[in-house]
Amino acid sequence: MHQRRFGRNIGVGFLLVGFVAIVFGLTVVKVKNTGFVEGYDHVARPALIPEGADN
Amino acid sequence: MSDATQNINTTSGEGQFSDYWALLKPRVMSLVVFTAAVGVFVAPVGVHPFVALVSILFIALGGGASGALNMWYDHDIDTIMKRTANRPVPAGRVAPGEALTLGLWLSFISVTMLGLASNWVAAGILAFTIFFYAVVYTMWLKRWTPQNIVIGGAAGAFPPMIGWAVATGGVSVESVLLFCLVFMWTPPHFWALALFMNNDYTNAGVPMLTVTHGKRETRKQIFIYAALLAPLAIGAAFTSIGGWIYLTAAIVLNAKFVWGAWKLWQRQEDAAEADVYAAERAYFRFSLVYLFASFCALLLQAVWVKSGMGAW
Repeated sequence: MHQRRFGRNIGVGFLLVGFVAIVFGLTVVKVKNTGFVEGYDHVARPALIPEGADN
Repeated sequence: MSDATQNINTTSGEGQFSDYWALLKPRVMSLVVFTAAVGVFVAPVGVHPFVALVSILFIALGGGASGALNMWYDHDIDTIMKRTANRPVPAGRVAPGEALTLGLWLSFISVTMLGLASNWVAAGILAFTIFFYAVVYTMWLKRWTPQNIVIGGAAGAFPPMIGWAVATGGVSVESVLLFCLVFMWTPPHFWALALFMNNDYTNAGVPMLTVTHGKRETRKQIFIYAALLAPLAIGAAFTSIGGWIYLTAAIVLNAKFVWGAWKLWQRQEDAAEADVYAAERAYFRFSLVYLFASFCALLLQAVWVKSGMGAW
């Protein structure tokens, strides 16, 4: 059965690899196109302090 | 022994990858890819090339899914028609249940992935397109009314609209005109085919206009739709997707399309039978050229405008 379905399995294999490549590519494009993201956990972020605040 | 029986006898065993591929109607998919790509490209909003490519791929996959659902439901009449008897399901290479499962899964994957890749407006229109083709056209209209391909043709007309939505996230006059272009083109295209494939539809009991109202009425309807299409196609030249390149192409193509339809209407049945429907076959072939050239002209116009030249 494995021999009989060899061509079909190869085709499905290529499709799966292609799908993973598409999802990966989309992720890269979406992340690159997203605007600037600040990632300052546990660090003071002066930009977030409202203007005119005393401290 | 009928052709269908011959096919069943000569092709047995498990379906190969190519059989599952054939379930997606690759020729229809190529039209979907082309018209959707034009929809994306002529839109005024730019899309990242990879996002555009992936979106078009999943629009095509959605088209393929509806093709598989169509082949699942129609396998009984596909067996009868010579043109379709060798399709994977009627030929026995793929089980009807497999075609149904493939169609449903691909519908889900294509709609979800299009939504994630571009936006949910485009995905929503794709979902509606699949529903329209599989349920409204295949299950309901096709076997019920001679207007089957008129209304069912909407399914084939949505891809450029989806392409436009991929880029803009919405619907506009231009995308509706792109829809109309394919929608109004479909009846003359399929009825020209039905004129010389009439026996197939008669045998299968599909109420094509040629079967229910005769060939004379069909010829008249071809002309009416071609005449109604012309102002819409030429009118698109005066929207944001138009310009002198498209206008020139639209005038030439529509003049030829309407004139061809007029000549078909004037043609007598015995003359058609005498030359084995040569003019009808030629008109059918030209209808393919017409759609391809119209969309090519839109593409060329967009390239011209986007490279900094004026539309007029």
